[in-house]
Amino acid sequence: MYKLCSLAWVFALLSVVAVGGGTAVLPEMERLVVHQFHWMGDQQFRDIYSLGQVAPGPNMLMVVVIGYRLAGTAGAAVVGLAFFLPDCILTFFANRLWSRLSESRWRTALQRGLAPVAIGLMLSGTYALARLSISNVMGLAIAAVTFGILSWRRVNPLLLISAGGLAYLIFAV
Amino acid sequence: MDLAKPLSPTPNERTAHRVQVGAIFKTFFTAGAISFGGGVVAYLREYLVHQQQWLDDDSFLDALELSETLPGLNSVNMSVIIGDRLRGVAGAAAAVAGLLLPGMAVMMTLGVLWSQQRHNPHLRAVLIGVAASAVGLLTTVTLQLGHRQFTRAADLLFIVATFVAVSLLKISLVIALLTLGPLAIWYYRPATHGSETAHLFLHLRERFHSHRAHWRH
Repeated sequence: MYKLCSLAWVFALLSVVAVGGGTAVLPEMERLVVHQFHWMGDQQFRDIYSLGQVAPGPNMLMVVVIGYRLAGTAGAAVVGLAFFLPDCILTFFANRLWSRLSESRWRTALQRGLAPVAIGLMLSGTYALARLSISNVMGLAIAAVTFGILSWRRVNPLLLISAGGLAYLIFAV
Repeated sequence: MDLAKPLSPTPNERTAHRVQVGAIFKTFFTAGAISFGGGVVAYLREYLVHQQQWLDDDSFLDALELSETLPGLNSVNMSVIIGDRLRGVAGAAAAVAGLLLPGMAVMMTLGVLWSQQRHNPHLRAVLIGVAASAVGLLTTVTLQLGHRQFTRAADLLFIVATFVAVSLLKISLVIALLTLGPLAIWYYRPATHGSETAHLFLHLRERFHSHRAHWRH
């Protein structure tokens, strides 16, 4: 029960501070789940993140597997609700207030100001994932090739991500 | 802000025909089930703007702008905003549920299978490769977004300051947001009073110079 409450609190907090989306909140999630609460090792955290890449819908749905790993089906349900419900309620009311604020010049300030902070946080998320997953030349090569192909043309990322998984498997065997 | 102003009419009153809650759920469910490889917002645009034509591109981009400013996942925020616009609270709930349920079912299945096999070295190798590939994907997405929103040198300063605070100094996200957020918003604050003062100053200086010119002659 205590664990379910901690899970609910941690993921509800992550839900409302995720300025810049899922990637932006990744370093804080790792800090809380791995280093502060010691719920799992960093390799398990990375593996669960990877699972999220192969499922449809938002990649951050992987949080339910963190909940499942720690407290079974109840854990998955609690984390799913805690991570999505507070943000949905916030967005619902902010959206209705937003139309009233449409003439306020502070609206532009809010948007313009938070945009670079969000980008900085996304960079931090990318860096956190790189530290977890790139430990040799092969990992670096997979990241670089994915980056190169996606900057060059539009390809479904799932194709590249599957190819990345396969390439590392061949390398490791 | 004028608080006495009445609430804008509810979105339902603006739409000509009422979209059924079931249709909202079905459309978002399809987008949630088919959007493999991320980029869910692009799928939503295809289904909502082009296929169902529930809203035009401008309204979609307005909703996206707000979604990016608010915390949380863009695709989820978009579902709340558009669902509410189409059919109020019920529409928002149907949209979010539809978007998340398919992915959640797949995630749980994968999670159960992974839990049984998580020490399998072959599976671990695949997942390391997937994560490394995701680093390349996230770098592309971040750079594209950064390129779109980067207009002033101050932007770079806020980007770097945020990265250094969170990744190198390991400051908690809450504290980083509560310090850098207000600072950046203040930097982009509306410039009404500032420009008035500047105008007054320019006006006075002009008069001063014309007086000097006058006295010289």
